[in-house]
Amino acid sequence: MKPYLREKTSFGFTEVPKDTSFEAGYLVTKNSGWRSIRPVVCIDRCVGCMQCYLYCPDGVISIENKKAVIDYDFCKGCGICSKICRPGAVKMEAEK
Amino acid sequence: MSINAKDLCKDEFFYGHKACAGCGGSLAVRNALKVLGPNAVAVLPAGCMSAVGFNFPQLCFANNAIISTFAGTASMLTGIEAGFRRRGITDFTAVGFAGDGGTADIGIQALSGAIDRNDNIIYICYDNEAYMNTGIQKSGLTPFGAKTTTTPAGKNVHGNIRPKKNMFEIAAAHDIPYAATATVGYMNDFLEKVGKASQIKGTKYIHVIAPCPTGWGIPVSDTIDAAREIVDCGLWYLAEYENGEYNINHNPATFTSVSEYLKKQGRFRHLSDEDIAVIEKSRDKKWEKIRRSWNLK
Repeated sequence: MKPYLREKTSFGFTEVPKDTSFEAGYLVTKNSGWRSIRPVVCIDRCVGCMQCYLYCPDGVISIENKKAVIDYDFCKGCGICSKICRPGAVKMEAEK
Repeated sequence: MSINAKDLCKDEFFYGHKACAGCGGSLAVRNALKVLGPNAVAVLPAGCMSAVGFNFPQLCFANNAIISTFAGTASMLTGIEAGFRRRGITDFTAVGFAGDGGTADIGIQALSGAIDRNDNIIYICYDNEAYMNTGIQKSGLTPFGAKTTTTPAGKNVHGNIRPKKNMFEIAAAHDIPYAATATVGYMNDFLEKVGKASQIKGTKYIHVIAPCPTGWGIPVSDTIDAAREIVDCGLWYLAEYENGEYNINHNPATFTSVSEYLKKQGRFRHLSDEDIAVIEKSRDKKWEKIRRSWNLK
């Protein structure tokens, strides 16, 4: 479970909640346009140590089958994962 | 109780937010919520984390979360805890995430009141050492010498002239059941302290250093390095207050260079050698006191 993207709809006044009970985890925009560099995982070098997952401020890295997988919709390209990776499996590449 | 990455809840409770790239504060919030689980009820006062998390209709928290008044983080936590208790709900954690300004300046009386009443809440202060959300103004937790928009560095005055407020010991002086300091650079230590706090009844206060690349003037990829170096050079310490005793978790045999730590950051680049000597001297004085009167582990 995590907040996920939904279709952006326009809200009428009647649909805006009157109290604080609007649905949690409701995303309508991506953050992918923020970055100029992107992390790329070299699968052969990744040992699944989870350090990138632990230190990612955006939580976009998950470990699947003991390898890091990045959600590029929400990665901002800060490069912390690349710096923290001891085996050097995460490399930053220019965004095309 | 030690917590590492493998034990963490796989779910993300703070996701898709609009914090700057490399934000230390959002890392602290994200991982604390992973320790506390889906039944955590988060309270966020005005500050970065509420500004980046709640952009209607975008709501980046997967658990219950609410924005409080700037001064009222702790009082809203009190209300939430009392409300759930009255309704017979027990499996929840009321947790507040306030910045350094919302804790040490604006929210200090509400926090003091909550500790005095010993409400069963966790209060986490993510300390990025200035009011970063509004464009880097000095707060009570801005360290000596730091350049902010309200403490500019000029020929005569070199940034902030006052030292950092000792918020950890202020909270501990209330005889709080549990208080701790941490940094996002040593994440396992922080996770362990959040886990420990969730098991203790009464008010818990955790003060976590969370570098802000924008305000500190460091590259966005250096957040973790800066958060580690501040501990390694002795300008921050990892400690706990429990059962009326101060315990130091990490007692470095030698400190790394303070001037190296400072010179990497744009906010300290103007400091003269005399200013750095003042900072080093205050560090040595603090550690001398810590080593004399706190329990070393």
